[in-house]
Amino acid sequence: MTAMTDVAFLLLTFFILTAQFRAQDAATIETPSSISGIKVPDKNIMTIGLDREGKVYFGIDNQQERIETLENIGAAKGITFTPKEKKEFALMSNFGMPIAQLKSYLNLPKEQQAKIKQPGIPTDSTGAAPTNELKEWVYNSRKANNDLRIALKGDNLAKFPAFKDVLATLQAQNINKFNLITGTEAPPAGWTND
Amino acid sequence: MAEINTGGGGGKHDGGKVRSKKASTRVDMTPMVDLGFLLITFFILATTLSKPSSMTLNVPDKTEKVETEPIKASNVMTIFLGKDNKAHYIFGKAANEDPKLETVSIGYDMRKAIQESSRKVPADKFVVVIKPTKESTYRNMVDLLDEMAITKTKRYALVDQLTPDEKKLLKDKANLDV
Repeated sequence: MTAMTDVAFLLLTFFILTAQFRAQDAATIETPSSISGIKVPDKNIMTIGLDREGKVYFGIDNQQERIETLENIGAAKGITFTPKEKKEFALMSNFGMPIAQLKSYLNLPKEQQAKIKQPGIPTDSTGAAPTNELKEWVYNSRKANNDLRIALKGDNLAKFPAFKDVLATLQAQNINKFNLITGTEAPPAGWTND
Repeated sequence: MAEINTGGGGGKHDGGKVRSKKASTRVDMTPMVDLGFLLITFFILATTLSKPSSMTLNVPDKTEKVETEPIKASNVMTIFLGKDNKAHYIFGKAANEDPKLETVSIGYDMRKAIQESSRKVPADKFVVVIKPTKESTYRNMVDLLDEMAITKTKRYALVDQLTPDEKKLLKDKANLDV
């Protein structure tokens, strides 16, 4: 039994050390799969999510940059956030709501936050309208970190027009290169990468 | 595992000396092992095993107008993404030249159609234009981009605007109102 216990605890140590925890996401997104073998980078990445109803979510990987982004956008929109709200915001891996609702959302207790159905970040088809808030988030997060790469994470069932709006928003800011996050699937037999 | 430790005690011997009782040095490890396995199970389940992959998408700069030579319709395969994972395509003719509109399901049939079409024209001239309609889903688009990688089509374009001719064609032949 000693040997088994030893192995068990060795495995336990291994899994504890290698585990990477995913923070709770604002929406469940089932991505399509592709044969592409490029891995999504861990750092310097901003993720724009698109759920099956076409609602847009936004997230940055680094907590410090989340706070900076919030400060930047708050300054641009004339909203000031308290240190407590900023701290709360830093803990959100992604979110999807107009900035006007953000302040009251951050002040809610955790249990109530989970209950709220997030309406998505407003976008539009031209990508430059004043109501388009996604462009503000993208712009201000790039101000916080200029090296941010953009990953789009769309749901299988999201309709194309919703994706087009996101694309238009990015193109309007002259961002022409981004990654689409997909699952991994095996290429057909005999396929070689060249 | 759940053994009961009986030995180790001194006990009385017949007519022998009374020895002090020796305490057992064995510790019952069962709860610890239980907890260990519980944690292992938890960490195995909580670990994300496969990291998602990503495909890069480069779109042309909108502000930059580059004059390019118009491509010949005879080399172009235009794929319209319709609803219910169906795609419609025309090949070799422009939309106003009364082309044959084929309907395939996205997947193996689509791949075969692309491969067949690509064989009919010189390899460096073959162009695929992907036109998602408003009925199509994000998944259809990613699937088609993936087909481009699988069939090794080097020249393809993702265009989101349909010409009036194409709209009429889809309405007449595929009953697709876009």
